[in-house]
Amino acid sequence: MSFMKLTATTAAIALTATTSFARDNVQVAGSSTVLPYAAIVAEVFGENFDYPTPVVESGGSSAGLKRFCEGVGANTIDIANASRAIRPTEVEVCAANGVTDIIEVRIGYDGIVFASDINGNSFEFTPEDWYKALANEHFIDGELVANTFETWDQVNPDFPAQPIQAFIPGTKHGTREVFEEKVILAGCEEGGFFQAMLDAGVDEDTAEGKCMAIRTDGRSVDIDGDYTETLARIEADTNGIGVFGLSFYENNTDKLQVATMNGIVPTTESIAAAEYPVSRPLYFYIKAAHIEVIPGLKDYAEFFVSDDIAGPDGPLAEYGLVSDPELLKVQETVSNEIVMGSGS
Amino acid sequence: MKTSLLASDARTKKRNAAEARFKAYGLSAIVVAMLALAILLTSVLTNGLSSFQQTFIALPVELSAERVDKQGNRDPAEMAKTTTIGYAPLLRDAIVAEVERQGLTTEMSDKDLGDMISKEAAATVRNRVLANPDLVGETVTFDLLAAGRIDGYFKGRVTLESAALDGNTSPEALMIAQELADAGVIETKFNWNFFTAPDASVQRPEAAGLGVAILGSLYMMLVVLFLALPIGVASSIYLEEFAPKNRITDIIEVNISNLAAVPSIVYGILGLAIFINFMEFNQSSPLVGGLVLTLMTLPTIIISTRAALKSVPPSIRDAALGVGASKMQSVFHHVLPLAAPGILTGTIIGLAQALGETAPLLLIGMVAFVREYPAAYTPEAGLFGEASTALPVQVFNWTQRSDPAFVERASGAIITLLVFLLIMNAVAIYLRRRFERRW
Repeated sequence: MSFMKLTATTAAIALTATTSFARDNVQVAGSSTVLPYAAIVAEVFGENFDYPTPVVESGGSSAGLKRFCEGVGANTIDIANASRAIRPTEVEVCAANGVTDIIEVRIGYDGIVFASDINGNSFEFTPEDWYKALANEHFIDGELVANTFETWDQVNPDFPAQPIQAFIPGTKHGTREVFEEKVILAGCEEGGFFQAMLDAGVDEDTAEGKCMAIRTDGRSVDIDGDYTETLARIEADTNGIGVFGLSFYENNTDKLQVATMNGIVPTTESIAAAEYPVSRPLYFYIKAAHIEVIPGLKDYAEFFVSDDIAGPDGPLAEYGLVSDPELLKVQETVSNEIVMGSGS
Repeated sequence: MKTSLLASDARTKKRNAAEARFKAYGLSAIVVAMLALAILLTSVLTNGLSSFQQTFIALPVELSAERVDKQGNRDPAEMAKTTTIGYAPLLRDAIVAEVERQGLTTEMSDKDLGDMISKEAAATVRNRVLANPDLVGETVTFDLLAAGRIDGYFKGRVTLESAALDGNTSPEALMIAQELADAGVIETKFNWNFFTAPDASVQRPEAAGLGVAILGSLYMMLVVLFLALPIGVASSIYLEEFAPKNRITDIIEVNISNLAAVPSIVYGILGLAIFINFMEFNQSSPLVGGLVLTLMTLPTIIISTRAALKSVPPSIRDAALGVGASKMQSVFHHVLPLAAPGILTGTIIGLAQALGETAPLLLIGMVAFVREYPAAYTPEAGLFGEASTALPVQVFNWTQRSDPAFVERASGAIITLLVFLLIMNAVAIYLRRRFERRW
């Protein structure tokens, strides 16, 4: 019996065992940043409603949206969590696979903080410092030269002579995109490097790309795992400075100290007031075609954005989510099932 | 030159020294291996043994009717409208009253005192009230979970120094907890919930348990056992006893050995493509997990079964054929019973390997937050069709959580997994020792 036959037999036996493929629980996948929030909501939802507790998977925003866009049906997920907005290319993939009606729900904001070992040096960063420290190439005197900075005092004389060692999220994380845009690119622009490149005749896209290129000589390490891995790296190398979500930092304040950005300490208040510059909205996307089919899907979404949960005094805020000031509008989007691109 | 037989000459000495050296190398290799094992076990045990203990607060809670049953009809359907969020103030008042009753003074706010109780406690109380509406209006003493940081204090994970830096607790809270413990209100006892309770979110590490994961692993092992054993044994008997020895069987043989070495994640990709996308089985279900693990375990079982069949001497077959048995009779009456211990051992080792496997489960959606106990059969989801997790996946999940209390849980799960593996391997060794025949 060949292996193919074996597989076929196995499949045949299994097929007779399972006759129907309906699903009565909500299935969620996506961003590992949104996962803790989604799990908290799922838990309270399961406790208080007659529906089964939704199943929440992690795996990253891009992976989640990819699975979300695979099609419509009980074997695809109902909700994708994302720590960034869905991209037009992803909407196209979705549409090509029949996922046309997508409801975008913004649940609030998450701060991205820079933290280091609690017993180490403390830092007061500006985006420009990070650009100088981590850019792959610097634009000096009309030429791109490789970044040779080894210690933080070379970046900014106010900093201690601590070796540059950064642990930043890997490219599959939505956090990486925010880090590149709100810190590295912002630093490039604030420091005048972007303008200098434009003045030297570089076109805008290339200049932006050069600004956001991160050095690959080991001074900056991509972390593809979760924040726990970043924390473990910092515990092993106390010179390391890691990129964390605010909520993760707030749960580990006995091991980490947070750096300020432009002189602002990241807190839920300073992020809500838009004083702390590095924050991003968190989303989840609902497959509208599943609302009629999967029991509890709409109730879960409405419960998620209700004042009790996502409001400023709810459990999500307590865990570190910055409550959305326009929560009322979000609640209307969910209850009226307003899909993306419908103009309202 | 005369040499004594008793005095060893230079060459003998050299040979003896080489032997002594080799023994030393072997011994040091064993020591290194044992040391690695000892380090692993010590780190897991020191981190994880405390997860088998849990801190509880015995709290008299006044279930006032205006909070719990606003309509006053004692109708569970109406009372269900009061969510666990509505029950939280009840518990906060209860602990504030308890602190006063014990004659303790504190500068902590009522809210901070309330945070000493786990968020899970509200659900415990609510479920009890909904199950028995007659409790409304009475004061009932509940054994409630203490919050993760308080639990950590009694296990030595949280100290007064770390609490001073911690935004989620304070040294005052720990001191109150210590005084309540001295008064007998707070107690640390054996944590059965760790084996029965489902997973919990980051805000309630104290409530997280392995119930769903153990159930999911059990279902998957059943699927593997009932598919891999018959398929594996049937194909090995055919290949070993009946199949002609030609090019095709050679190719199959090479392929089976090759499959045994394929990285397990490949089976996960295969499972996602075939079982979920093509055959449309439920994601995250133990059925799909079991099927993927079956594919992974099959080569192991086939190889060990064939080895067991090969080790039965040809004289047994010849004797059976000689007294007039058919080929099939010789195999099923004589060869198979003699090979059974070897087959069983191979199967158990294959199962143990499947039990500890994580990688293929990543791709079929079993690395998930699941709180509902999966039913073995439901008309909607079919056999083993409900979402679940598995033991190794639960370890993976917990190590990613931000609350440090989950490190303890993850280590506890590793200990549980190791105990299961130890039992399975011990049974395999016992069966081999007990029933194996050597020729």
